[in-house]
Amino acid sequence: MSTASGNALLLRKLVVIAVAMFGFGFALVPIYKKICETAGIYDLQKADRLVNTQVDTSRTLTIQFDANTRDLPWTFRPLQKSVQAHPGEMVHIVYEVTNTAAVDKLGQAIPSYGPQIAGQYVKKVECFCFARQELRGNETRQMPLQFVVDPQLPRDVSVITLSYTFFELPGGKTRGES
Amino acid sequence: MEAVHGHDHAHDHHGPTGIMKYLTTTNHKDIGSMYLWFSFSMFLLGGAMALVIRAELFQPGLQIVNPEFFNAMTTYHGLIMVFGAIMPAFVGFANWLIPMQIGAPDMAFPRMNNWSFWLLPPAALLLILAQFTPGGPAGVGWTLYPPLTIQQGMSMDLTIFAVHILGMSSIMGSINIITTVLNMRAPGMTLMKMPLFCWTWLITAYLLIAVMPVLAGAVTMLLTDRHFDTHFFNPAGGGDPVLFQHIFWFFGHPEVYIIAIPAFGVISQVIPAFARKPLFGYSSMVYATASIAILSFLVWAHHMYTVGMPVQAQLYFMFATMLIAVPTGVKVFNWVATMWKGSMTFETPMLFAIGFLFLFTIGGFTGLVLAITPVDVQLHDTYYVVAHFHYVMVAGALFSAFAGIYFWLPKWIGKMYDEGLGKLHFWLSFIFFNLAFFVQHFLGLAGMPRRIPDYSLQFTDFNMVSTIGAFGFGLSQLLFLYIILKAIRSGEKAPQRPWEGADSIEWTMLPTPAPYHSFEKPPVIR
Repeated sequence: MSTASGNALLLRKLVVIAVAMFGFGFALVPIYKKICETAGIYDLQKADRLVNTQVDTSRTLTIQFDANTRDLPWTFRPLQKSVQAHPGEMVHIVYEVTNTAAVDKLGQAIPSYGPQIAGQYVKKVECFCFARQELRGNETRQMPLQFVVDPQLPRDVSVITLSYTFFELPGGKTRGES
Repeated sequence: MEAVHGHDHAHDHHGPTGIMKYLTTTNHKDIGSMYLWFSFSMFLLGGAMALVIRAELFQPGLQIVNPEFFNAMTTYHGLIMVFGAIMPAFVGFANWLIPMQIGAPDMAFPRMNNWSFWLLPPAALLLILAQFTPGGPAGVGWTLYPPLTIQQGMSMDLTIFAVHILGMSSIMGSINIITTVLNMRAPGMTLMKMPLFCWTWLITAYLLIAVMPVLAGAVTMLLTDRHFDTHFFNPAGGGDPVLFQHIFWFFGHPEVYIIAIPAFGVISQVIPAFARKPLFGYSSMVYATASIAILSFLVWAHHMYTVGMPVQAQLYFMFATMLIAVPTGVKVFNWVATMWKGSMTFETPMLFAIGFLFLFTIGGFTGLVLAITPVDVQLHDTYYVVAHFHYVMVAGALFSAFAGIYFWLPKWIGKMYDEGLGKLHFWLSFIFFNLAFFVQHFLGLAGMPRRIPDYSLQFTDFNMVSTIGAFGFGLSQLLFLYIILKAIRSGEKAPQRPWEGADSIEWTMLPTPAPYHSFEKPPVIR
């Protein structure tokens, strides 16, 4: 084989590697998702399974609710600002959201916790954040949230702030619904 | 030994002249020189940006620039230095040296070689243009983390395209280098006889082909997130900003070694030449380089200990990172053992090589400190990290590039540089570098965050020292430019072998200066 044709052959092989690695960059997206699911990280849009729901009556937690919107003409608020509950006790809360614009809008609520560590102990059974919410023009909707605070919660945490922010989803082209 | 001395100057006078000569050249030496000049001009541009940063940080409070512009300076200083200055500099070395060191007439794909160089100036232009777009230059940091990247103005798009073009150029350059090294060696030049510089570039080129496309994918996802309603990194649409960090650092950590490994190659040639001893442990050097390259794919998440990884993952990345110290240690000890009982002289290339060895080792040790998860959680995004990576990037890659330029300049242009001025350049660079960056370790340990234009009062003294050092270091590089221009214009004629210990075939089998076409007939290597 001459050097020139040998070079051309190697060139083709190396281009294939480069193109494959470009694809690998994109393949990392589902791989990452799978790893996180397997490891139990990033399950924002999935209901938690309750294993042990023994109520720890020895302490009482204050759970505060916060609601925000970003880039959406929506008003969004919890019907109760806060509740007192024991770890292990089922808490049921209703949020109300109103689309103040005349056009249909699509939104997704993303939770955030204070203190951050509380996030892994708030076990949600039912949440409006598990799915995207589509509101017709001027529609008002009441949405449920049902959760249990795991009794394993560190003892120095006595107040949990659970905050939701609704982000706008541009028309329909969304990924990652569960 | 002037066995292969063809009609070297006849070729110079063919073909187009002036700017067209450089636009159309396919000669590895012309292209190598263009790479080196391009990278030096980018080095001055990126350096000027660094001086803006340091000038603002001379005193607490905001004096010179507004915070947005400060953030843009840290962003483009990083991008330009990594992609515009250091990487092209070593590709320039590869172009000049690989054909001469393996006994080939030129690179395997000369036209593609021309193309991979000429992609760089448009990319640089895009990065410069990004400074003047509506909405101002993007201040996101060179790591381009979303969600901030998604919220920036038009300059972000220019920057993303620049990264695409630079990546394409690197990939083409790497394909050229791999093909040249694997297919174009002279008879008898077996892989394990190659000068170590060729080995390090072979390994680096494979790294580039493996990770530059991943970066291209990551910035493409940013682009579609910005404009085409995808949600790779937007949590509202089911994406995850942390995913970007994983993809970025899957590229970013090997990138660190893409910069460092060719530098190791240069040092592995300079130290034996001035110690007048063959390189200690040649084959262990090859294996150590290869294992660093492989390990570099397995440690990326040590850049993101603070994102909230499970503790098992943190432990894995911590120990895997520390493992890299083993092959790196092999290399450092081999360099020291090469000098052991050698007949050393300390010309400028050797001074820079020893400066490299000393400072790079410090940078390596601070890297080990940062590898420890609980310590890193404290030091993450502080000036300690800035000090660490400038010790490995500047004192590592840049010093070794200086060593290489002083070392091979006589071979390239046939003239000597001014030794006295060269040594002065080394000492100024060495002293001012440490003045600029050593104190940043203390600032970081005391908690000063990076990428912030203001700081609290207790950090003032060390910041002043650092700024003085940075300006001294920057100005010293103008002396370097003067030394090179002086050598080209009026340097003394270089002897055939200016360094008696240099024994790779570009010294022993080619005349000085090197002829326009290196080996028209392959040399016979015994």
